[in-house]
Amino acid sequence: MDAIAKATRQSFRMRGRSYVALAFCPVVPIAGWLEEIDITLARSPGFFAGKPAVLDLSAVDLSQSAIAHLIKSLEQRNIRILGIEGVDAAHLTTSMPPLLAGGRHCLLVQNEPKKPESKPKPISLLLDSPVRSGQSIFSEGDVTVLGSVASGAEIVAGGSIHVYGALRGRAMAGSSGNVAARIFCQKIEAELLAINGYYQTAEEIDVTLRNRPAQAWLEGTNMKIAPLS
Amino acid sequence: MAKVLVVTSGKGGVGKTTSTAALGAALAQTGEKVVVIDFDVGLRNLDLVMGAERRVVFDLINVVQGVAKLSQALIRDKRLENLWLLPASQTRDKDALTDEGVGNIITDLRTKFDWILCDSPAGIERGALLAMRYADEAVIVTNPEVSSVRDSDRIIGMLDSKTVKAEQGERVEKHVLITRYDSARASRGEMLSIDDILEILATPLLGIIPESQEVLLASNVGSPVTLNNVASAPARAYTDAVRRLMGETVAMTVPVERKGLMNRLLGRRAA
Repeated sequence: MDAIAKATRQSFRMRGRSYVALAFCPVVPIAGWLEEIDITLARSPGFFAGKPAVLDLSAVDLSQSAIAHLIKSLEQRNIRILGIEGVDAAHLTTSMPPLLAGGRHCLLVQNEPKKPESKPKPISLLLDSPVRSGQSIFSEGDVTVLGSVASGAEIVAGGSIHVYGALRGRAMAGSSGNVAARIFCQKIEAELLAINGYYQTAEEIDVTLRNRPAQAWLEGTNMKIAPLS
Repeated sequence: MAKVLVVTSGKGGVGKTTSTAALGAALAQTGEKVVVIDFDVGLRNLDLVMGAERRVVFDLINVVQGVAKLSQALIRDKRLENLWLLPASQTRDKDALTDEGVGNIITDLRTKFDWILCDSPAGIERGALLAMRYADEAVIVTNPEVSSVRDSDRIIGMLDSKTVKAEQGERVEKHVLITRYDSARASRGEMLSIDDILEILATPLLGIIPESQEVLLASNVGSPVTLNNVASAPARAYTDAVRRLMGETVAMTVPVERKGLMNRLLGRRAA
């Protein structure tokens, strides 16, 4: 018993933390202001999700019941108010978020919440059959082919290209400006290899490399091709 | 269950029509009820190789357009009673073919025949696309040279994307038929080897038809090579191919011309 009592007597620690919060500044008429929030939400439903929000009431003069109603309206839109500022403490009840002071201005990156929606991570493409002559494969991510790429076929990838067979057609990796993209193949007989626009045709590819497993990558503006060993 | 088989290649002059006639006749010889359809509208040839050119009254386009009934356009072979031909029109072109019209004819033929062989025109345009459109199986005719192999590869890609089966998420069963193969030249490295071709096409082999004068001889007399001289090397190769099509396991060989003892002695003396 003594041991437990001693443990509880230990002083607890507290640490300071600062967070960037969105400050909502309602203007009259409140109904019109709420409508604008609805329009923003309709465009990107996750715009305020998970963001700490503060209510700045300095621009309006609201009664206690009006403030309560406003907080409720925001809650219905999934916006939870952490604190309130710019209002007399007498206007707040204990059930409302606490009164805050000493908030400072900071820059908000406007596009930040939209980013995950507008630019999804490029998905890699897996092809489990040979790429036939005349076929054109395009992917923003990596492309992996479990077979050969025929003469007269082409693969355009935003990322790297992996061919687990003979590469006899054209392979263009890093097509959207990715200089780190590479091309790998089990057997190099390519008509053309390109990375980020820098290319080599069949004629320029070293004959000693032909029919061997190889990889191509970019060093500055030079394309390098070496056997895989 | 009727099977629709397209004989195709992409490239012209590799032996599609010869192979269609030879395979059709060999299938009919086994007792199957067979129809061969010429899809080469405007450049019809199958009627000549089948020896039916003087009996053509109505053709595929007439049936597509509803001018004639299917039964009026079908021509029965004079030698094999279960072999039929649906000829192409020589005066029209491939634009006269419609997807719906071809679909209706194939559906109709499926109820009447065991095998429906479609002789595709060369190229990758409308005629070739409609010939393969309703196929269950495909024979890709390839010569042992690079341009033919690359065109075949292109056609295989189309069989995997432009056919009804492919659009339904199924697969057209594909077979490679190598024609005009010369063992001697291949062994000297003057031709692509069988292994090279199969490695590029990644498709199972149906048969190897040797280069032979018998093929031209048979065409000139209007007879499928499998009917004209059953014992000839190409005829035996086509017959083996047909047995494989029907599911038999037949060892893959390249038949050679049989020479009689006298021929061999004479040949040696002359050499």
